[in-house]
Amino acid sequence: MAENGAKATVTLKIDGVEVTVPSGTRVIEAAEHVGVVVPRYCYHPGIPTRPAQCRMCLVEVEGRPKLEPSCTLQAADDMVVNTASDTARTARQSVIEFLLVNHPLDCPICDAAGQCMLQDYAYVTNQLESRVDEPKRIMGRDRISDDILYFADRCVICTRCVRFMRDVAEDDSLIVAQRGDKAYIDTFPGRELDNPFQGNIVDVCPVGALVHEDFVFKARSWDMDAAASVCPGCPTGCNVTIDTKENQIVRVKPRHNAAVNSWWMCDYGRKHLVMTNRGVRAELPLIRDGGGDGDGDGGELRPVDWATALDWVAEKIDALGSPGGSAVVSPDASNENLFYLRTLLDRLGVADADFRVPQGETAELPTVPTLKLRADRAANAAGAGFFGGRRADGPPNGSAGGALVVLDDELEGAGEDFGASADFFLYLGTRLPGAARNADAVLPIATFAEMDGTFTNFEGRVQRFHQALRPPGLARPGWMVLSRVLARLGDGEAVDDVRGAFERMAAQAPAFAGLTWDGIGLKGAPAAEAAGVAGSAEAGA
Amino acid sequence: MSFPHGSDLETTTRLSRHQGEAEARTLEGWRARGGYEALRRSLDMSPAEITEVVKASGLRGRGGAGFPTGLKWSFMPKDDGKPHYLCCNADESEPGAFKDREVIRWTPHLLIEGCLIASRAIGAEHAYIYVRGEFFEETQVLNAAVVEAYENGLAGDGILGSSWSCDVTIHAGAGAYIAGEETGLMNSLMGNRAEPWAKPPFPAQAGAFGMPTTVNNVETLAAVPMILENGADWYRQWGSEESPGTKLWSCSGHLVRPGNYEFALGLPLSDIIFDACGGTPSGKPVKAVIPGGSSTAFLTGDELDCATTYEGLAEAGSALGTASPIVMDEDTDIVAAMRRIAQFYAHESCGQCVQCREGTSWVVRILQRIEAGDGRPADIDTLYELCEQMTGRTICVLADSVVFPLESSLDKFRADYEARMKPTLVAAG
Repeated sequence: MAENGAKATVTLKIDGVEVTVPSGTRVIEAAEHVGVVVPRYCYHPGIPTRPAQCRMCLVEVEGRPKLEPSCTLQAADDMVVNTASDTARTARQSVIEFLLVNHPLDCPICDAAGQCMLQDYAYVTNQLESRVDEPKRIMGRDRISDDILYFADRCVICTRCVRFMRDVAEDDSLIVAQRGDKAYIDTFPGRELDNPFQGNIVDVCPVGALVHEDFVFKARSWDMDAAASVCPGCPTGCNVTIDTKENQIVRVKPRHNAAVNSWWMCDYGRKHLVMTNRGVRAELPLIRDGGGDGDGDGGELRPVDWATALDWVAEKIDALGSPGGSAVVSPDASNENLFYLRTLLDRLGVADADFRVPQGETAELPTVPTLKLRADRAANAAGAGFFGGRRADGPPNGSAGGALVVLDDELEGAGEDFGASADFFLYLGTRLPGAARNADAVLPIATFAEMDGTFTNFEGRVQRFHQALRPPGLARPGWMVLSRVLARLGDGEAVDDVRGAFERMAAQAPAFAGLTWDGIGLKGAPAAEAAGVAGSAEAGA
Repeated sequence: MSFPHGSDLETTTRLSRHQGEAEARTLEGWRARGGYEALRRSLDMSPAEITEVVKASGLRGRGGAGFPTGLKWSFMPKDDGKPHYLCCNADESEPGAFKDREVIRWTPHLLIEGCLIASRAIGAEHAYIYVRGEFFEETQVLNAAVVEAYENGLAGDGILGSSWSCDVTIHAGAGAYIAGEETGLMNSLMGNRAEPWAKPPFPAQAGAFGMPTTVNNVETLAAVPMILENGADWYRQWGSEESPGTKLWSCSGHLVRPGNYEFALGLPLSDIIFDACGGTPSGKPVKAVIPGGSSTAFLTGDELDCATTYEGLAEAGSALGTASPIVMDEDTDIVAAMRRIAQFYAHESCGQCVQCREGTSWVVRILQRIEAGDGRPADIDTLYELCEQMTGRTICVLADSVVFPLESSLDKFRADYEARMKPTLVAAG
């Protein structure tokens, strides 16, 4: 096809607009450069094979007798492509009519309704009436793996799922069975679909044929809100979209980022993220001020409003001066939370902050080297490393004197007397574990899904996540709470916006020098100290 | 002749002259009939010379498309350092066609010889003969012949004492019509589903196992030895300028003497039907003929004077195809016949392309309804519209294959369809 392979670019005309693209670009991609999205089913930019079998992306090319599939057609000099000619439009419309011959039209109960490429293209092509008056072929639904359902009647046999498994995950357990209009997707006889990345087949499905069982019949697309986020399951930091309904996470989908996760994410991350916001939460600030008698000590933890809690905590810290002590931080805390905590710890003379990283099985997606489920099961060990964090093993030791500050660590394995001998034990957390019983103050903070912020991934890439949920009760973002404690101590301003928090962090923490919230964008940017990521034991591994 | 009827029409039995002779199946018997002489001769020729002879002979692909064989061979890259393959398409499954099967059954060595000569011409190191899975007996015959060929230095290393080597492998097909489409055949050969792939890449660029490959039909390859032995001019004594040579004909349907025949190309179709095959057993007029296998357009009984050449049948609005006329007499129910043909294609659609997967079965359901007397006048327009949308839109031509007979049957036998329509109720004024 390529007549002059040496040429770097080709110039062609698509729908009357001239466009220059690199040699070898397919017309379907060249069209996107001029804002034309040619309807497609089997084509997926993340799947290398292009069978050109859905026949939806057919376009008219001047001088060629037949319509050509734009997903495989190479752009060439002087090519004149018409995606909207009568012939091309009629062909697309007829594909939709053909696809609806056996389709059950069960949109009212289909989980894809509203986000369905069959529905969308039916409207786009104005194929809203069918001449089909014949009985439909009925195949029903089946379980294709232990967590994915297959609604065969909705399937358009685009084979994106089969080709994701075969050509991206290099797992040939998924196949097309039978042929003609009896064709359906199934596992190879004797094989099971049991791949750590198989959840992606649901995401690539252009219709409602493949549905995660934990999502089925749960939410209509128009009832959901979506937020751009980052998966906290491991230090890879796959870019994701969190779908929520009524302040619950109902679905997580990978969000494209060529530098990190391409189009995909692992099943562990998907499930981990959905579970993030389950369980009983710390919702109210608690202080142990002796029951409000003003002596500021002893008695039970009692719930108070934020102003009282912050005033009291600031007062106690001010009185302590710089006693030294210890800290335990969560490697899942955001950069901003860790930055503000470090500022507070410096004031208290606490040098080290221990963090513990749970370990787990690893998994690789063979064709996407940057995407890997890493052994570290934490989002931001690298960030913790930037702020004086120290990897530790075994149960946290809370027997030292001086100040003891815990940031959202569940203190697993800590004894009953954890923090009992500290002069002042401040617990900031999303939950309230038993080991926080000796705390002098508990400040409830938001999970990553309930606030804006950034994580630093295993290779030092700083990535933004956005608020998907409202925090419960009075819980607030850690940076918001800590900036208020510090402001009361005369250190900086109370910030309400993550931009303010990030700005101060970038100004004061060398690792983030030169970065701005807006500059990072939705794809992330490398930290200034990316070369020396301190917190990750297996950076690059 | 494998099915020796008395015929009023002169047959030209060249390719099929040893069909029916049991001894011709063995190597000894085949050699006694001059077998493998063409192969011996080809060893003294360069690949380009072999290709030139075949090109000059005007031999055209006998699998249905009629593409010039020598030209196809010349597409194979030269000195590219890659292994080349020959695939012999013995997946004969076009309804109406049963000619390749007879070639294999009676003259397996002829096919092997043709494969070896073709392999030499295209630089192939391995010839795969992809035999239709249902051809059980034929596969056994062919296997026995390949074993004999290997044992006698006619296949494998150093063929006939020369320095040239070529392996021959018989591959039993996987039971699908679509495995007879050349890219579907190669996919099946590689162990994949027999799904055609979108060209490019063309087989000569990247075919079986990603290597340059030529796919030829059984009858095409079986014609090669005699062309090489006797020369291009000898072959051109039969047929027309564009359609030279002789051709096997599988005649079926309402005929007194159905069966396989070999004729020089160019006879009037009516001569084959009436003189050779004796016309209809009922003595009734011929209503329709599908001349080239079920994927070609219907001809009516009045259109049978056309010449049986590629160009002659194209002029008549149909195609030579696999030269497998299915003859239907006056009592034939065209709607039922068409429904049955459509059912075949719906059953055999591989299911990749939407137009074919959904269109063929939709056509079947409409035809079934019409056949049951429940048709509506709008159905005919719908069928025409489907024909338009199923033509030239898909990876391979399976969808087109149902359109040719369907559209022509609507054109030529519209009354048959209309006779089955349910009377429309007219509101009383």
